[in-house]
Amino acid sequence: MSRRIPLQLPLALACLAGGTVLTSSCSRANAARAGDVSEAARQVYVAPGQYDEFYAFLSGGFDGQIGVYGLPSGRLLKHVPVFSQSAEQGWGYSEQTKPMLTTSYGFVPWDDSHHPELSQTNGVPDGRWLFINGNNTPRIARLDLTRFETEEIIEIPNSAGNHSSPFMTENSEYVVAGTRFSVPAPQKDVSIDDYKSAFSGTLSFIKVDSATGHMAIAFQLRLPAFDYDLSHSGKGPSHGWSFFSSYNSEQGNTKLEVNASQRDKDYIAAVNWQQAERCVAQGKAAVEPARYAHNVMGGDGIARTEWGSSVKVLTAADCPGMVYYMPTPKSPHGVDVDPSGEYIVGGGKLATVIPVHSFSKMLKAIADKSFAGEEQGIPVLKYEATVAGEVENPGLGPLHTEFDGQGHAYTSMFLSSEIVKWDLKTFKVLDRVPTYYSIGHLMIPGGDSRKPWGKYVLALNKITKDRYLPTGPELAQSAQLYDITGDRMKLLLDFPTIGEPHYAQALPASLIKDRQVKMYGLAANQDPWAAKNEKSTRVERRGKVVHVVMTSVRSHFMPDKIEGIQVGDSVYFHLTNLEQDWDVPHGFAVLGNNNSELLMMPGQTRTLAWVPSRVGVFPFYCTDFCSALHQEMQGYIRVSPKGAKTELKWNSPSYREHEDDHDVAAVPAQPHGTH
Amino acid sequence: MKPISRWAVAVASLLLLVVFVTPLWRIDLIAPQYPEGLGLRIWINQITGLKPNDLNSLNGLNHYIGMRAIVPESIPELRLMPQLLAAAVVAGLLVALIGRRPLLYLWAVLFTVGAVAGLGDFYKWGYEYGHQLDPTAAIKVPGMSYQPPVIGSKQLLNFHATSWPDVGGWVAIVALGCVVTVALLEWRRARQAVSPRVRAAAAAA
Repeated sequence: MSRRIPLQLPLALACLAGGTVLTSSCSRANAARAGDVSEAARQVYVAPGQYDEFYAFLSGGFDGQIGVYGLPSGRLLKHVPVFSQSAEQGWGYSEQTKPMLTTSYGFVPWDDSHHPELSQTNGVPDGRWLFINGNNTPRIARLDLTRFETEEIIEIPNSAGNHSSPFMTENSEYVVAGTRFSVPAPQKDVSIDDYKSAFSGTLSFIKVDSATGHMAIAFQLRLPAFDYDLSHSGKGPSHGWSFFSSYNSEQGNTKLEVNASQRDKDYIAAVNWQQAERCVAQGKAAVEPARYAHNVMGGDGIARTEWGSSVKVLTAADCPGMVYYMPTPKSPHGVDVDPSGEYIVGGGKLATVIPVHSFSKMLKAIADKSFAGEEQGIPVLKYEATVAGEVENPGLGPLHTEFDGQGHAYTSMFLSSEIVKWDLKTFKVLDRVPTYYSIGHLMIPGGDSRKPWGKYVLALNKITKDRYLPTGPELAQSAQLYDITGDRMKLLLDFPTIGEPHYAQALPASLIKDRQVKMYGLAANQDPWAAKNEKSTRVERRGKVVHVVMTSVRSHFMPDKIEGIQVGDSVYFHLTNLEQDWDVPHGFAVLGNNNSELLMMPGQTRTLAWVPSRVGVFPFYCTDFCSALHQEMQGYIRVSPKGAKTELKWNSPSYREHEDDHDVAAVPAQPHGTH
Repeated sequence: MKPISRWAVAVASLLLLVVFVTPLWRIDLIAPQYPEGLGLRIWINQITGLKPNDLNSLNGLNHYIGMRAIVPESIPELRLMPQLLAAAVVAGLLVALIGRRPLLYLWAVLFTVGAVAGLGDFYKWGYEYGHQLDPTAAIKVPGMSYQPPVIGSKQLLNFHATSWPDVGGWVAIVALGCVVTVALLEWRRARQAVSPRVRAAAAAA
């Protein structure tokens, strides 16, 4: 097969370089590979009213969120807000959700989300939670897959560029977080020229509670200041180990594109986390002060921040046998473990081969002390002692590898813009197929687990160019779905995606679709500002703060006439959606608010702050088309000058009857306080 | 009464106990935006939604057309019916125990009258519910009323309503059918038993 490269490669490069003239011929080449178009259409066609076979979770990259798509249709099902404010849902705008974006730097309304990771049981995705990293201000988020909502975000101290994250151990014991940009840890004011002496890389192990999914930073490894890039954990026989690729073992601190590309080999760090656990248990870890935010959505639907105050730090010297470096060509990016747990595949993005390490050979090399040297006290194993084989002539720019569970590996080739299928026994290339264009990650449902559902591979491409109708300078990112059930990969579908997806995960829909929550129970609503019926709606003034406790139900607000608000007041609209019917959210917006809208799911309470800046009468209305009389779902709020004598009044049953018996102590002074 | 008739009456009476634990009637509603459907279940002593919030949802929808909310606590029949049914079961068992035909006839007639009255009351309830509309309702369709059918299907604006006996209703119908059949058979047997004597008396004369 590899003899086909001379034909394939120039074509692929031409596709990459060429404009519209050349790319049309590329498309034709692709069509020939795709075979019968109507057969491909049949394979991805999901008839109206029918369901997709897989849920696919695509990271949003620089949009900070997660896109949920159905496969094989490529239809977008949901865009879940995670690290970035989302005005649509009021995520990070409503009082209940704002604390989710709290960090030790204050409110950080954006991040760069790269790698979704499904929780696993026995090395197989179990459909309970989805984790994803925030790269820029190091964080890990956890989504609940019965609600497709972000439930928890934990900040990672002593880290920067949280890229090699959150890759999961096989029973969801830990998610990991590695430092792509080494920094002084703990931070200090130091010259960047002192990089080698003052900077370090940190690999964090974050414990996941098996019952609740709640995360807690268990310990951190302080390692030499390389760029720890990607990770995957061992499985089966290699369970108990995690592998982190690294580049810049040159330890350059400027112009890395040259300075970090000098050595023939960088390293995959093999971390024996069970050994690290033992060392922590023996008290060998230093407890260092560290301030980090841990934001959890409570059962009452209100996010709260708890503050971490210290971390346990282990160095290689503290804990012999905890970490080894495996030399790997060249500036490796992906590090992927095959379903058997034996092979560790490095994606040396500048390498001419795909190196495959053997876990059993690695253990033997450690036992035999087959060391080539050491890096700041960490043993460097001999390349020949760990490598099981090299895939030769794979293409250009190998990045990531996924597995089909049938003995095949699929590696993405960024530069030659293709997926290469190779054999895990012979390390020979079996097939290759072009992608459009410059594939980054690729994803097979369960393709990094012990039991992949090896039916499709999804290419997540970095360059789109002419794949869709043009939309000005900024184009949607492009994904391609291939059938991998036959000997030859077959392109089935092209679809645009939101943000810039990096990695993705997918699992059979049957694992989660029947566990979906349809609404929140009104009776179980524990928000202190909930009004569970129209009788308990009210308006309360406490100095310059006014609480408007409102309900919405098809098709009116209660109250919908409010007077007595003054310019400069802090007005909190607490909206409870009284509906207990499937798919009947209500929305809320008020004219001129320097804030988002609210969307309240049935039974849910959400709070929106508004500081009126001018005198007048301002309408508010339902923004989610809820019913035949949605357009009538509106109200007015009157704003008087500061200090005006306008009486506070509203049109709900509580007006006047509640005036004498305000139970102020029963409700908190702040709208939704943080700890 | 023949022993088998007495047994049949006893079994039919006991069968009625099922009505205490299963719904009598079901009303199912389908609309374009409710593919999963909404449902009401009418029990001897309560009205429930098929799904936990169906009754609430129906009341919410019905306010558009000015229908009163269904509040089970305010329907007196739901308090009365369990007592009547309990009385019917006790009476049936007494009929079986005593074994006198006139009591059987009386019970069968009362049971039948009760069942017809119950259905009549259900119709009347549905009629009032579907016709007594709030004049300030948002949606007013000239000539339109929203009475659900007692049995069968009917299109009520965007909802297709189907009404049908539920388990308890079918059991009650079987029990009633059983009692009426037994009563008719006993009545025929009594006539046949009387007739020869009448004929003999005539012949003697």
